[in-house]
Amino acid sequence: MLHIKDLHANIDGTEILKGLSLDIKPGEIHAIMGPNGSGKSTLASVLAGNEDYEITGGSVTFGDKDLLDLSTEDRAREGLFLAFQYPVEIPGVSNINFLRTAVNEIRQYKGEEPMSAGDFLKLVKERSALVELDGKLANRSVNEGFSGGEKKRNEVFQMAMLEPKLAILDETDSGLDIDALKIVAQGVNAMRSPERSFVVITHYQRLLDYIVPDFVHVLYKGKIVKSGSKELALELEARGYDWIKEEVSA
Amino acid sequence: MAYAGDDELLEHVTGKEYEFGFTTNIESDKAPPGLNEGTIRLISQKKNEPEWLLEWRLEAFRIWSEMVEPEWAHVQYEKPDFQAISYYSAPKKKAQLNSLDEVDPELRRTMEKLGISMEEQKRLSGVAVDFVLDSVSVATSFKEKLGELGIIFCSMSDAVQEHPELVKKYLGSVVPKTDNFYAALNSAVFTDGSFCYIPKGVRCPMELSTYFRINEAGTGQFERTLVIADESSYVSYLEGCTAPSRDENQLHAAVVELIALDHAEIKYSTVQNWYPGDENGKGGVFNFVTKRGICHLRSKISWTQVETGSAITWKYPSCILKGDHSVGEFYSVAVTNKRQQADTGTKMIHIGKNTNSTIISKGISSGYSQNSYRGLVQINKSAKNARNFSQCDSLLMTDHCGAHTFPYIEVKNSSAKVEHEATTSKIGEDQIFYCLQRGISEEKAISLIVNGYAKDVLNKLPMEFAVEAQKLLAISLEGSVG
Repeated sequence: MLHIKDLHANIDGTEILKGLSLDIKPGEIHAIMGPNGSGKSTLASVLAGNEDYEITGGSVTFGDKDLLDLSTEDRAREGLFLAFQYPVEIPGVSNINFLRTAVNEIRQYKGEEPMSAGDFLKLVKERSALVELDGKLANRSVNEGFSGGEKKRNEVFQMAMLEPKLAILDETDSGLDIDALKIVAQGVNAMRSPERSFVVITHYQRLLDYIVPDFVHVLYKGKIVKSGSKELALELEARGYDWIKEEVSA
Repeated sequence: MAYAGDDELLEHVTGKEYEFGFTTNIESDKAPPGLNEGTIRLISQKKNEPEWLLEWRLEAFRIWSEMVEPEWAHVQYEKPDFQAISYYSAPKKKAQLNSLDEVDPELRRTMEKLGISMEEQKRLSGVAVDFVLDSVSVATSFKEKLGELGIIFCSMSDAVQEHPELVKKYLGSVVPKTDNFYAALNSAVFTDGSFCYIPKGVRCPMELSTYFRINEAGTGQFERTLVIADESSYVSYLEGCTAPSRDENQLHAAVVELIALDHAEIKYSTVQNWYPGDENGKGGVFNFVTKRGICHLRSKISWTQVETGSAITWKYPSCILKGDHSVGEFYSVAVTNKRQQADTGTKMIHIGKNTNSTIISKGISSGYSQNSYRGLVQINKSAKNARNFSQCDSLLMTDHCGAHTFPYIEVKNSSAKVEHEATTSKIGEDQIFYCLQRGISEEKAISLIVNGYAKDVLNKLPMEFAVEAQKLLAISLEGSVG
């Protein structure tokens, strides 16, 4: 579903991704871990199409499309979703209106009719329950005045509404207490399917207790330097990253 | 951009006018350029006005002649040559086109985006259709219904003939001839406008709109509007249109006076979309408007405006809160793009006790435009326990535009409570990216963000206007993030 080959990317002239390769098949969950500054969030931004980054080499295919050729909005419409580490606030725009616009733009892209108000509201009710999001939040302005936990739950709620093929969760666990973490994980697990893949970017193995990955990758200095099964995350938790760094420099 | 090719259209429409009706007897249909007592006598005579109105006009002219064009506004423009303007021309026929295919495609595209129906598009662009007949019949049935309630809604010219006592009593009572340069000019030379009177205790059952006035013959250069809400009455009045309005007259100096008698309420909403000029600001309309209302005991006046057009906007819809417990409100969204300049705001003059005013102003600047809020909150000695809340926000879309705030607050009574809040922000690239990542196009993203920003004001517009105004904001700002 997603093939990243030898990807290089710069920001302001500094190379952050230095030949990253990764293969993700439908239905898989890949966790990406790594020390601060290794390029995890850059990877998320580059895949989503943030123009602050310059792609200097490599290729990314998504389904049968050249991802790097697509605009940000078309990547989203093709089914790529990014749960932001820091979701922005949009004052005066209700969550509902925002989502309805998004849902219908994606449907239009696929040549489908706009969703009826009734069906849409039904879906909102069903999907907001997955992350135990208060119905009132749906009518509030996008992320405005939301607590940290509510913002993250709102990201997962949006994912559930847009039903992407690939969801990238960028440190969705940061700033969450254990209860909120469980709720977020429960939402993600409810959306697991044989067609839908996830990239879970995290610092902590704790999230992976609840969202169990098929693969764990260590990103270091802009490359994936080690890959393994979920046990790798436990090992990182126990031993830190120093042994990986030593392995890389050896 | 929405306005590319306007020059051509203007040329097309205005050039065509002269094919009809103006080839003969120019002397009597159109006054020669220039302004003197003779011009004013001609206007008054053509309109068959009573002697007192002629005298009123002449006095205004004498006052105006002594005045100097003001320069305090934060706008720059070449001053109009007042002697080069023709101050009277007979109502023109609209250029008649045979089908919508003859209408400028750019104009049609804008109208389609606004969601204006086929029929409506035809009417607005002057295409000859049966619909015109329909609109007359709709307007006629409206008039009948209003007539049953004793509501007078007609052109100012008709009002002068049919209701001279009301016109004489209220004309110039809120905006005196001496008020300012443009108001004095308007008083001397106004040719038409709207007149509205709501009798005691009557709640006008529909939004009154210049739109349905059958005798409307294109908006005049010097319009005069007078709305009188008698005791305990209510009226909601809509002015303007979201469709792009073009006019061959560069200078517009209108005067609007509102009178809310005891316990009455007037809601006055404006959507202004005059031609803003080309990329370099050439050819746009200068809009110098004086709008003011007076509130008597426990009455309320609410101004709501969405300003997106004109090269220069100079406009301060104001409230004189004379009566105790009276309420004044001003809700404004002013969008400037390209080289547009807007200096707009309000004055809230508190005279009565327990008077209350609210000001919500949302400026949106894009391109190379300059957008200023200018407001005065004046609490007079007599205004015990007066209250005001002002909020002035500015949103910048580009690095080249400017937003300015000039709030004046004068308090002469220590029991007053005056609050002022102001913010300036730049539209966030992160907000747009967030929308794009959800599959929303940039155009829709800007529309969402801007409409969210202006929501507090748009919510005050009557339903049918609000929907169009939202689309208008988006169109005015197309492709403007940078």
